[in-house]
Amino acid sequence: MTTSTAFDISAKRLDFPGLQHEVNGFPLAYLDTGATAQRPTSVLDAERRFLETTNAAVHRGAHTLAGLATEAYEEARETVARFVGAASSDEIVWTSNATDALNLVAHGFEAATDGRGGSPAKRFALSPGDEIVVTEAEHHANLVPWQELAARTGAVFRYVPVADDGTWSLDDARSVIGARTRILAFAHISNVTGYVAPVEELVELAHGVGALVVLDACQSAPHRHLDLARLGVDFAAFSAHKMLGPTGIGVLWGRKELLDALPPFRTGGSMISTVTMESTTFLPAPQRFEAGTQPVSQAVAFAEAIRYLEAVGLGAIEAHEDRLAERLVSGLTALPGIRVVGPAAGVPRSGLASFDVAGVHAHDVGQYLDAQGIAVRVGHHCAQPLHRRLGLTATTRASTYLYTTDDEIDRLLAGVAEVRGYFGVA
Amino acid sequence: MADALAGLYQQVILDHSKARTGEGELPGADAEHFERNPTCGDEITVRVVMEAGTDTIRSLAWEGDGCSISMASASVLAGMAPGLTLAELAERTEAFRGMMRSKGVGEPDEDLLGDAVAFQGVSKFVMRVKCAMLSWVAAEACATQLGARLAPS
Repeated sequence: MTTSTAFDISAKRLDFPGLQHEVNGFPLAYLDTGATAQRPTSVLDAERRFLETTNAAVHRGAHTLAGLATEAYEEARETVARFVGAASSDEIVWTSNATDALNLVAHGFEAATDGRGGSPAKRFALSPGDEIVVTEAEHHANLVPWQELAARTGAVFRYVPVADDGTWSLDDARSVIGARTRILAFAHISNVTGYVAPVEELVELAHGVGALVVLDACQSAPHRHLDLARLGVDFAAFSAHKMLGPTGIGVLWGRKELLDALPPFRTGGSMISTVTMESTTFLPAPQRFEAGTQPVSQAVAFAEAIRYLEAVGLGAIEAHEDRLAERLVSGLTALPGIRVVGPAAGVPRSGLASFDVAGVHAHDVGQYLDAQGIAVRVGHHCAQPLHRRLGLTATTRASTYLYTTDDEIDRLLAGVAEVRGYFGVA
Repeated sequence: MADALAGLYQQVILDHSKARTGEGELPGADAEHFERNPTCGDEITVRVVMEAGTDTIRSLAWEGDGCSISMASASVLAGMAPGLTLAELAERTEAFRGMMRSKGVGEPDEDLLGDAVAFQGVSKFVMRVKCAMLSWVAAEACATQLGARLAPS
């Protein structure tokens, strides 16, 4: 195991104005990156610089700025494509966020089922009895769109059940995935348990029965090297704001031949080839999914965020967070009355941990920690079915990033150790 | 450390969150309402039994799952409600709601609200106001059901 971090955290932290606060008289310990990350000055500056020097609408207009803006916007797409191992930048579709990306795919399946998109789209058409499979641990963003798709098409919505610790195995998946499975959608890394799914094995299983695989990469793309082509999935979604970038922009990645065949969800300007009063033909991907004015300055800033991550190094970030996760989980596990959900101490997980404090509601835990300047997430983390399965309504989640320090983890552990005493249950 | 929390977690609230008044089932309830806070998942079912043939509350009970603020608030409400008419409950609910919107400014009416004034500090924590209101909103829905039934047709 790595015992130190390959980059200078103290120096890196100075790049993040959002970390330089006092909260309730304490230095902010920001342990809520799982919800949204803080952004480095270079990302903030990149967006401002674009708006000050190059701002114009993209893919329309012939003036100089329109050309420069389009160039910057498409360069950003190439940066993201390279970052996730896409075969070309045409495989990168800008969306509002990951939720939007997942809805785009689900609605594409629905449109194909309704007969839209001609013969190329037939591969997405669902028949009654076809099965859509997710896991019981999914974030609502990768659950509700599929539940809705099933309800609208007559497909059967099924799920891989989780064990008592909130994790699931390849065998669990094998018992649900079958000849009628058409879609398998799951999170690469759970936003609640930190469980890392066996993606390649699942892809093999799903492709073996002719199903397409949709990966929720929201908690993996920011934290580890992601090579989507190597993983073999068919679609993947992630959001910029969890990886040092702006809100309002996310990505759908898909294999080009699939994206070109998937009927568009949103229609309108900029996504068409020819429009007559009778009918319309659409551009190929990615433009066919990008109707209307796009988040241009956000795309430019997102690319800067990726350059920041690449400069630090995804391998170094992952090693740093693995070390923090071990400190976090072993520390929490040692405290009386604390139940950590997800993989046990010593078992691989990403750099986050959700936990229950016996006798104290998560909101009270979060409030107690906030009084010490420690920012954590409390609630069901958009995973109600998982919490219900765990017998909990809410948990407290601490999540880390490249800027998280050992000291912040230790402050969290000290705070959690006091909570039960404060509320009179220990 | 305690300073930031003292205004929120008054001793009355901590006590009520542990030794809870009115928690449990209420057989033969005249009205029942389930309320949920979708942002945090807190939930509560409030049940009311009336004095037969009157508009006076005999008892109010609740079952729920939530944070100390929401549970203590339900406990205080259950202690206050017996003997009140629906109009008197409505008056107190409005006073409680007004206090929760006060952001800590002004003096709540202790004669009207009793122990519930302990929740004034919660109003400064905007994220927690819904926690305190949860049982009151459920009780208000019960009162609406009962009022509709009692209204002369």
